[in-house]
Amino acid sequence: MEPLQNLLHSDTPILLDGAMGTMLMDAGLDHGDAPEAWNTLHPERVRKIHRQYIKAGSQIILTNSFGGTSYRLAMHNLNDRVFELNKAAAENARTEADAASRTVWIAGSMGPTGQMMEPLGEIRFEDVRDAYAEQASGLEAGGVDLFWIETMSDLHEVKAAVAGIRRVSQLPISATMSFDTHGHTMMGVSPTRAVEELEQLDLVSVGANCGTGSDELIQVISTMQETDPDLPLVAKANAGIPEVVDGSVVYNGTPDLMADYAREVYHRGAKLIGACCGSTPEHIQAMAEALKEMDK
Amino acid sequence: MNEEINIHEMENDEIIELMKEDLYDGYREEIMKEVQELLDRDLEPYDILTRGLVGGMDIVGDDFRDGILFVPEVLMSAKAMKGGMNILQPLLAASDAPQQGVVVIGTVKGDIHDIGKNLVAMMLEGAGFTVIDIGINLSVGKYLEAVEKHQPDILGLSALLTTTMPYMRTVIEALKEKKLRDDLIVLVGGAPLNEAFAMEIGADAYCRNAALAVDMAKKFMKIEDGA
Repeated sequence: MEPLQNLLHSDTPILLDGAMGTMLMDAGLDHGDAPEAWNTLHPERVRKIHRQYIKAGSQIILTNSFGGTSYRLAMHNLNDRVFELNKAAAENARTEADAASRTVWIAGSMGPTGQMMEPLGEIRFEDVRDAYAEQASGLEAGGVDLFWIETMSDLHEVKAAVAGIRRVSQLPISATMSFDTHGHTMMGVSPTRAVEELEQLDLVSVGANCGTGSDELIQVISTMQETDPDLPLVAKANAGIPEVVDGSVVYNGTPDLMADYAREVYHRGAKLIGACCGSTPEHIQAMAEALKEMDK
Repeated sequence: MNEEINIHEMENDEIIELMKEDLYDGYREEIMKEVQELLDRDLEPYDILTRGLVGGMDIVGDDFRDGILFVPEVLMSAKAMKGGMNILQPLLAASDAPQQGVVVIGTVKGDIHDIGKNLVAMMLEGAGFTVIDIGINLSVGKYLEAVEKHQPDILGLSALLTTTMPYMRTVIEALKEKKLRDDLIVLVGGAPLNEAFAMEIGADAYCRNAALAVDMAKKFMKIEDGA
């Protein structure tokens, strides 16, 4: 398999995938249930989503393990299954990536613990680090190619996640934060500061995901690019703004709009481009076509 | 706080002003000393609450709303405020000081996020509300139980995930079924929400951030009083 690093330092954009949670809910996941449980409960449904994103053109797909730390799984009384569920998440992605006719890399998704660290909150750096180490060991056992820390708002938590991963693995790590509050993360981290601090860590790429709309995310990427023009940047915007239709949440961003976003964010310096909440394989396919044109 | 400042030599109004600064900077120890000093001078607990703590948290709230302060600073301010509140609360409870209203607040089922919810709870307390925080990952049953038990004026629902925000509708529907909805003001908040979503699920208002949640709570309480 082609080393990911070669691709990261070429000029061509790399297409990521779209939402997992949105797709799982379409496939019948109930509100409030643990998406990670489906890795063993309904592996065929999880794999189908991976398959659809690969077919749409995704070069890197994310495992169904966003809430796979013990902190998050504890809510569903699944905290004794961290290794198993993360391993299964990686295996589901691995199966589909291996079946693809081209190279598809697997990134192990790792979201925030959902709790606040000391001194503002109660949980200690060491405990958070160990929770991410546990998750990372499951993901690596299942065959991920890299780790994908995402939707973070606290730099300390990113550092704890990186430290945890490095306890158990030497695979590449990417990290993105969510800039949803006046152009900052909830914890007040600006895009400039995120780049300045994250580039000190052992990361192959950094960037922004989720947050508010795609326009705001494009602005964040611009600022990051100005801060360090050489850093491979990740952009994963939501597919518009959430609306409720017939009792379920849908995002108002059409595939055409997401194609425009992909073009624009690539212009502004993003290297790894995908979508977040509300996006589907249709959005990713439209983005794939848009980026293919750009590449010519 | 500057070491050279000696609050014993200050006028009451100067201490009130200092409290606002110390709240802004999140100095819990100083706030507690200042509250105690004013109590020792026989100021009414309610005056210390409204002029010092609530007045100070109003400034924090405004700057939070405007993107000048972020969650870490506001949490430190809220912790400082709590320090002062711990001293005042028993005195307020024993007095006939006016009540702003009672709020029950919690994060919906499937969601363990409590940062925003805690912030809203603390800032509502800072604004003089009585807040009952019922926690995270709450089923409909837990909400109904708390509403029946505490008879709140306001119910606050929080969700931070797109996968959990639809559960807010489930809670509101259950309140309607139990004929509890009309007696309540339902405020919703959380990063993925918006105004249209709040209206669609039948909430009274969407609170984009903790400062606006306090504004909304105050506004609705006034409407309820017929003011």
